[in-house]
Amino acid sequence: MIAVEIKHLTKNFDIEGHTIAALKDVSLTIEKGDIFGVIGMSGAGKSTLVRSINFLEKPTDGNIYVEGVDLGTLSERELRRMRSKIGMIFQNFNLLEQRNVLDNVCFSLEINGTKRREAKKRALELLKLVKIEDKAKAYPSQLSGGQKQRVAIARALATDPQILLCDEATSALDPQTTASILELIKEINEKLGITVVIITHQMSVVTDICKKVAIIDNGKLVETGRVEEIFNDPKSDAARELLLGNKISFQPLKKLEEGRRIRIVFRENSAYEPILSNLILKLQIPVNILKADTKNIGGKAVGEMILGLPEDGGQQADIIRELKKTGIYVTEVSEIE
Amino acid sequence: MNEKVIWMLVEGIGETLYMTLGSVIIGYVIGLPLGILLYVSGKNGLRPCGLLYRILDFICNIIRSIPFLILLILLIPFTRLLVGQSYGSTATIVPLVVCAAPYIARVVESSLTDVDAGVIEAAKAMGASNLQIVFKVLLVEAKTSLLTGFTITTGLLLGYSAMSGTVGGGGLGDIAVRYGYYRWQTGIMIVTVILLIVIFQIIQTVGMKLSKKLDHRKR
Ligand SMILES: Nc1ncnc2c1ncn2[C@@H]1O[C@H](COP(=O)(O)OP(=O)(O)OP(=O)(O)O)[C@@H](O)[C@H]1O
Ligand SMILES: [Mg+2]
Repeated sequence: MIAVEIKHLTKNFDIEGHTIAALKDVSLTIEKGDIFGVIGMSGAGKSTLVRSINFLEKPTDGNIYVEGVDLGTLSERELRRMRSKIGMIFQNFNLLEQRNVLDNVCFSLEINGTKRREAKKRALELLKLVKIEDKAKAYPSQLSGGQKQRVAIARALATDPQILLCDEATSALDPQTTASILELIKEINEKLGITVVIITHQMSVVTDICKKVAIIDNGKLVETGRVEEIFNDPKSDAARELLLGNKISFQPLKKLEEGRRIRIVFRENSAYEPILSNLILKLQIPVNILKADTKNIGGKAVGEMILGLPEDGGQQADIIRELKKTGIYVTEVSEIE
Repeated sequence: MNEKVIWMLVEGIGETLYMTLGSVIIGYVIGLPLGILLYVSGKNGLRPCGLLYRILDFICNIIRSIPFLILLILLIPFTRLLVGQSYGSTATIVPLVVCAAPYIARVVESSLTDVDAGVIEAAKAMGASNLQIVFKVLLVEAKTSLLTGFTITTGLLLGYSAMSGTVGGGGLGDIAVRYGYYRWQTGIMIVTVILLIVIFQIIQTVGMKLSKKLDHRKR
């Protein structure tokens, strides 16, 4: 079953005479029950994409189908009803500052005409679900970022949506709080079967909870697929850049003046074999380990390493050939300035 | 000070409050919807409409650029038509309202503009209609700043109502002019000025306290 289908979506913004192409012919399919990540650098068009899914942004061209319905064919009133079936959370939480937590959650129910008493009951249930029922009478200004996002999630879920859109929902939170919010989103996805779309610029968010991912670069969809596949074998430059982290982590590496760098990814079975030791023993060529990490992707342990190879081109080719023979993924790492 | 003077001052206070509150209330009845309309039709509003915005904007600016005393005189025929006479406190309310409404509209517009765009976006994402956004989001989230605007406007109208006393508008301003200016009874004039200051302070203090008390943003 398909939850969201985006077909040839193009979005232009006209400001002061010139046109900004925020999205260029993007097509995507999001399956029901998925946790779908959309990742890209700042300004890539992620927010525009997610805002198109509930038609907060009307496409310049192309179509959006939600649960099979072409949003472009809906009247304003029908569109509003559809929106109440698509929950959304934001980087800045966007809670109503002058309403307490309970009334914030009631708000989405008030809007679709639920009776006050019923709304309150439902809101309390949801506050329990997101584990913040003890703050029902508090005001947003009295909450931490993580708590605010929990309230925002409860508010988004109050109307029983089938889809939850998260626009940089963890970008304003520290790593620990991020982990707990992602855990909550995962739980919601599993318990309630809600399709989740996560917009982020952090690869770690994608590898932590997403099943599928789309990479957006400069308004274009450059790569899409299962997270594991893209992590193992990134094809686009944008994917590599996002996987290899920010420029800062590369700065000290430059001093090492390696001839060439490669990124290797160990799959589960090879993670237990001493591939690198075997390689060095066999070829008698030294390699430098510049970075090593293990990640949990889709419940599987995956190892990632960045190696510095010697200057000699022949030796480099030998190493890469040997590594590929063992079945692990090898990606060339370009110099990131 | 004899009993007659005291009685006159009490009456003056009553008239001043009547003019101030009357014009503020009627001013808001006209200015609040006007301010909402300005916000909604504005460039970043809920439903931008350049033509409507420019018309409202033009009217507001024209009226606001006319000095109050001149407005007072200009409006005499209109006031007479509406109230039957052009002097006295009820008649003064007419020019006060005409002066206040566009001012209030601007104050309201600016309060609504200050509401976080993210919150409005969230409401839209939940399927709220524009009407729901105005009444459940904008007016509620902006209530502190609206109340501050209300307080400032009331203070302003208190001053204007006193000014209208110079042309027979009634109230404390009228007394100050009649006794202080025409009859050289400086004592009475000073008392009316002090009374005006006290009323002004009370309005300011109560308004600001209330708006702070109702604000849930910081604590
Ligand atoms: N309302 C708008 N008016 C004009 N230009 C816009 C508007 N919204 C977005 N843009 C432009 O569209 C492009 C994509 O913006 P978008 O907000 O979708 O990026 P993003 O990937 O979400 O970035 P970030 O990670 O910084 O949030 C940017 O160049 C931006 O300046
Ligand atoms: Mg964004």
